[in-house]
Amino acid sequence: MGALSFLDRSHTVAEPGYSRWLVPPAALCIHLCIGQAYALSVFNLPMTKLIGITKAAPDDWKLTELGWIFSIAIFVLGFSAAVFGRWVEEGGPRKAMFTAALCWAGGFLVSALGVHLHNLWIVYLGYGVIGGVALGIGYISPVSTLIKWFPDRPGMATGMAIMGFGGGAFIASPLSVWLMQKFSTPTHVGVAEAFAFLGAIYFCFMMVGAWIVRVPAPGWKPEGYVAPVEATALITRNDVYVYDAIKTPQFWLIWWVLCLNVTAGIGVLGQASAMSQEMFPGHVTAVAAAGFVGLLSLFNMLGRFFWASTSDVIGRKNTYFCFFALGTLLYVLVPYTGSIGSVALFVICFLIIISMYGGGFATVPAYLRDMFGTRYVGAIHGWLITAWSAAGIFGPVLVNYIRQYQIDHGVPKAQAYNTTMYIMAGLLVIGFICNFMIKAVHERYHMKANDARAHDALAVPAAGRA
Amino acid sequence: MTTQTDGSTTLKLVLAWGFVGIPLAWGVIETLINAMKLFQ
Repeated sequence: MGALSFLDRSHTVAEPGYSRWLVPPAALCIHLCIGQAYALSVFNLPMTKLIGITKAAPDDWKLTELGWIFSIAIFVLGFSAAVFGRWVEEGGPRKAMFTAALCWAGGFLVSALGVHLHNLWIVYLGYGVIGGVALGIGYISPVSTLIKWFPDRPGMATGMAIMGFGGGAFIASPLSVWLMQKFSTPTHVGVAEAFAFLGAIYFCFMMVGAWIVRVPAPGWKPEGYVAPVEATALITRNDVYVYDAIKTPQFWLIWWVLCLNVTAGIGVLGQASAMSQEMFPGHVTAVAAAGFVGLLSLFNMLGRFFWASTSDVIGRKNTYFCFFALGTLLYVLVPYTGSIGSVALFVICFLIIISMYGGGFATVPAYLRDMFGTRYVGAIHGWLITAWSAAGIFGPVLVNYIRQYQIDHGVPKAQAYNTTMYIMAGLLVIGFICNFMIKAVHERYHMKANDARAHDALAVPAAGRA
Repeated sequence: MTTQTDGSTTLKLVLAWGFVGIPLAWGVIETLINAMKLFQ
């Protein structure tokens, strides 16, 4: 495999003079592309009219069937991040980014074939499975690299990359609409061509990231940075092996912290448009609701950078305390905004809530790094992403089913979300308790200087570093 | 020599950040224009 040796970790070690500020754009090249997943819904309606063209024909796909594409992709994201996490960590970021680019582009091409043949199973395989693998590998690969380049500001660095995942939809959404318009004819919806073009564009964009990215040379540290001599209560100087980390109570407490924070946000994100219109009938139109969803996406993205950067100053645990305490307060306040008819207060509540939803994603890699060290943080992060998959099921189910139950029992639509808001607040209280219980990892889990499980040359455990 | 290196690093940084920043800024502006409808 000599031709592909440029992908090896050893070929990505930074030469002297390389600026670490080139790594965040490399990470953004990946995350902005895979963040397209948040904009997949723009294809939903056109894919229900592939045969009927102007309106859905009996043999056309149903929205409920199409919803599974995203669900499969998010499930495979968590699964592949967990399974391939260690390979990503040991193989290096360029190899992982290249693989993610191949799978992401390949997923789109297979999906284009599925649309062309009108076979939904091929689309499930393409976008759901192959694309899901790209999501998992692509999501975690730049994160641990950034943590190694920015030991002085790990939250800010990972916040920048994960902000890109939130921002990917901003590019994908108008681009997809434009491509479909370009390729559509009176007898044809241009979804297959749009998929194929997106695959090609994303492959090129992601390869730029793979080309730019570097890992720091062994022993490198930022100019003027002095690593703390003593470990603080919640910031370790040791590394924990990935499969030891998942045996610790700390890992599972952080898993629940992430899962509960995401559950509270993800359900709202999916139902925001309907919720705003139903809670304020006559005041919020469909067009205004679409604008509200856009604002939510913007705050989801900005919150990732803001909260992760803030966590470098106030600490990860305190940042999550903010999410859970403030989030609880805001969820309890939402029914009140409906009762007094204040759209502005309603919007402000949800913008802050959704910023903390994004912030939860962006702060967690640095939280893991604090607890388990930098060596296997990418692989441990991969396992933790399964919490996202779980929340992707819990969140929408809670919001949708409780709303339906309320309406079936005679509750007016404007008040149908009140119980859900109180349940979300309750979930955040549980999250607060989980976060409160997180203590430093016991030293028996720390890797030793001569640990045989560290395979590659760069895998010197922290305990063995000079 | 150092000035040359500094110059090429700055150019690389501008290109790399522009490469990701320009499409992102375009997407954010498009979203903000749509979001304005909420307040009309």
